[in-house]
Amino acid sequence: MNPAVEIEGLRHRFKETLAVDDLSLSVQPAEIFGLLGPNGAGKTTTIRVLTTLLPPQAGRAEVFGLDVRRNRMAVRRLIGYVPQALSADAGLSGRENVALFARLFDVPRAERRARADAAIEAMGLAEAADRPAGTYSGGMIRRLELAQALVSAPRLLVLDEPTIGLDPVARAGVWERITQVRAETGMTVLVTTHYMEEAEEFCDRVALMHRGRIRALGSPAELIASADGDSLDDVFRQYTGDDLDAGGFSDVRATRRTARRLG
Amino acid sequence: MSVRLAAPHAVSADAGRTNPVRVLATRIAAMCLVELQKLRRDRTEVITRAIQPALWLIIFGQTFTHLRAIPTGGLPYLDFLAPGILAQSALFVSIFYGIHIIWERDAGVLAKLMVTPTPRAALVTGKAFAAGIRALVQAVVVLVLAAILGVSLTGNPLKLLGTAVVLLLGSAFFCCLSITLAGLVLKRDRMMGIGQAIMMPLFFASNALYPVSVMPGWLRVLNHVNPLSYEVDALRGLLIGTPAHLLLDFGVLVGAVAVAVFAASAILGRLTR
Repeated sequence: MNPAVEIEGLRHRFKETLAVDDLSLSVQPAEIFGLLGPNGAGKTTTIRVLTTLLPPQAGRAEVFGLDVRRNRMAVRRLIGYVPQALSADAGLSGRENVALFARLFDVPRAERRARADAAIEAMGLAEAADRPAGTYSGGMIRRLELAQALVSAPRLLVLDEPTIGLDPVARAGVWERITQVRAETGMTVLVTTHYMEEAEEFCDRVALMHRGRIRALGSPAELIASADGDSLDDVFRQYTGDDLDAGGFSDVRATRRTARRLG
Repeated sequence: MSVRLAAPHAVSADAGRTNPVRVLATRIAAMCLVELQKLRRDRTEVITRAIQPALWLIIFGQTFTHLRAIPTGGLPYLDFLAPGILAQSALFVSIFYGIHIIWERDAGVLAKLMVTPTPRAALVTGKAFAAGIRALVQAVVVLVLAAILGVSLTGNPLKLLGTAVVLLLGSAFFCCLSITLAGLVLKRDRMMGIGQAIMMPLFFASNALYPVSVMPGWLRVLNHVNPLSYEVDALRGLLIGTPAHLLLDFGVLVGAVAVAVFAASAILGRLTR
């Protein structure tokens, strides 16, 4: 069976900045794989290449054996994507938000309603489904976005900082749903996060990125043992040191924007 | 979890090969439906946007009808003006769509849409016709107002259908123009300034307020390259029954939409980088 994600020698540059530098990575099917690192590490650029938003400038990236450059549309059908910013449409109800993505993924008309209902219910939003998304809390919006991503039955769920700015209860709620979906469908989950304790608890394997390269790769337990530390925070500190100023202004701005929208 | 989600579907490179016409039709339908759902929930925009065309018709239209300052070939000036104001209200709805696209970029909505199996051209066309749907709803308000003010509008259903098609095409063009400009300037405040800067020149360099025969030579040249003029000419012919060049008007509008969709699709990627 093909790996869920296979990246080899990926390189991506924005003008003077080398965002991703000779990155190679493999994610196995049904894994929850965490991509960790400080702002500007190259996590989001890697995700943008995998989700076909950016063409790879050098190297190769495949999703379930399909090249992201040559099979863009087929790759997109395999992916459910939740971006970092809160992206549900506040002017539509929860159900309408999910139904839109069912249509955009060509879910057959006969199945559309049932699939949308199932995704909404799986995310615990059945009672709020007909309310405008603008009235949802931050945690509910994140779960709505998960429902939008799940309605097309993707094989790979790509989550960019899914819990950023959420309170601990909402964060736990989001992770509970992610792990339940993985257990039920065998879906692969690729997630970026700043929260080391979340990665430690929920990810099967993690890659720690810094300045566009992978500095450490393995299960959280393996990495903690290799760093002779107590937690992934220690691993993070060991590989990034005090050099945490690499994140660009746009990263910080995007993070603040998300936090602001979450109130 | 009590509900069973659909199992992930099979991996196939063929899954990316779908009928492009079907994809285009389904994406346009999806985007238009979203626009209608939003309008159903919040009608304030329709009402507030009706104020400006109402002022043009009630104050400008009625005043100049009495003045008889603009030669309209025996047609009451209000009748001459109404299709122009209809096109103007559609222009105002669509020319600021670029700001909406930049907001969608900032909110992550655009990236999420671009990760669906929707080619950029289909996404842009869907957005363009969604702007057209919003403009059509606006047009109904303006038409009702014009009828109340005594403008002799056609009751012919075919001509009314033609009117809707012309408005959709005109709005789609200006929406795509706005998306293209948004892709170039990338910032909402800049886009607001550019929208303001081009809106009135487009309006005044058209036949919306006065006939081409009274324009100075240089303005006639601008009028001939301005798609808004072809939109107004067609609307006037269909709604009021003035002589119009419908084939040319439709041809120019369809061609302009095709070029604008191409340009907006080509530049859309800049917004997500």
